[in-house]
Amino acid sequence: MRLRSLQIILWVAATAAVLAFAAVRWWPATDDTQAAASVFTPAFALADSEGRIRTTDEFRGKFLLVFFGFTSCPDVCPTTLSEVAQVMDDLGSDAGSVQPVFISIDPERDRRLGLADYTKAFHPAILGLAGSEAETQAAAASFKIFYEREADTASQDGYTMAHSPGLYLIGPDGAWLRQFTYGTPAAEILSDLQSRL
Amino acid sequence: MNHFLLAAALTLSAPAAMACETVAIGDLTVEHAWSKATIGAGRPGVFYVEITNTGSTDDALVGIATPAAGMPMLHETVVQDGIASMPHAMSIPVPAGQSVQLSPGGYHGMLMGLTTALKEGDSFPVTLTFEKAGEVTVNVDVLSLRAEGPDCADAGQ
Ligand SMILES: [Cu+2]
Repeated sequence: MRLRSLQIILWVAATAAVLAFAAVRWWPATDDTQAAASVFTPAFALADSEGRIRTTDEFRGKFLLVFFGFTSCPDVCPTTLSEVAQVMDDLGSDAGSVQPVFISIDPERDRRLGLADYTKAFHPAILGLAGSEAETQAAAASFKIFYEREADTASQDGYTMAHSPGLYLIGPDGAWLRQFTYGTPAAEILSDLQSRL
Repeated sequence: MNHFLLAAALTLSAPAAMACETVAIGDLTVEHAWSKATIGAGRPGVFYVEITNTGSTDDALVGIATPAAGMPMLHETVVQDGIASMPHAMSIPVPAGQSVQLSPGGYHGMLMGLTTALKEGDSFPVTLTFEKAGEVTVNVDVLSLRAEGPDCADAGQ
């Protein structure tokens, strides 16, 4: 009986320690992310499919839903673009307040393959942009995202791309609002947007 | 036998129900084979399927072949430290008593060098090669670009 009480006390102590560790480990991290997320204004200046330079400035007053990807990406990219398309459909009369943007991280090949054909196949509202290598790197840096061209002889054209697969929300004032991680359901993105409109 | 099943499937079923067909080889069941429409033939297509191993021996999917693409390969989408990449998968384990899904955001067949653009409503054969069970051919339904998977009335079928 004595031993049993001791066991219980030890288990309670161990559980408390685990919870305390978890609290210390997770709470500050969450706070940091939110604080950092509220202070920057991402920017891009990139050509659309007709060669016109489009910039973040021209979309002030609208929410921007920004995705970086490449059109030779049959697995990850269509999932996110399909969600964006679903969100635009479901926004109904509010759709005009949100501009979805697809930024190519493989601009040369995507311009050759046809950027507008690709984005329109998902939704006519999606604006496809493909700039120069330097402009693309500048845009990615300002969104604090990563992409990289990986040599791969077993891939079409001898290379493939690795990239941050998130979807980024920018407010009407141009400030970064949040990221939707890869796989966030369209309904969740929709309700977040609706709560801000 | 498999060719007979495939032929039967081709004659008896409406094309849209193809992804809901089940093909068996030894202890393996292969079903829900589907793909997404592509915009042109210049971009790779994708192949998804579900494999169930009802036996007591581990097996593995080691390759795919199809007349629809010159360079079909097995890939795995990996999201690590917030970066998505899709390395070549040498083999996809199909452990005894378990189901494995090739599905969006995970394992997939990457169909490079498409012979023609894949259009919604089309179908094409893919031959899967297993380490132990050998080869089996399934018919793949091309669904819309925005599809998340085949809509089979009986999801468990
Ligand atoms: Cu792939």
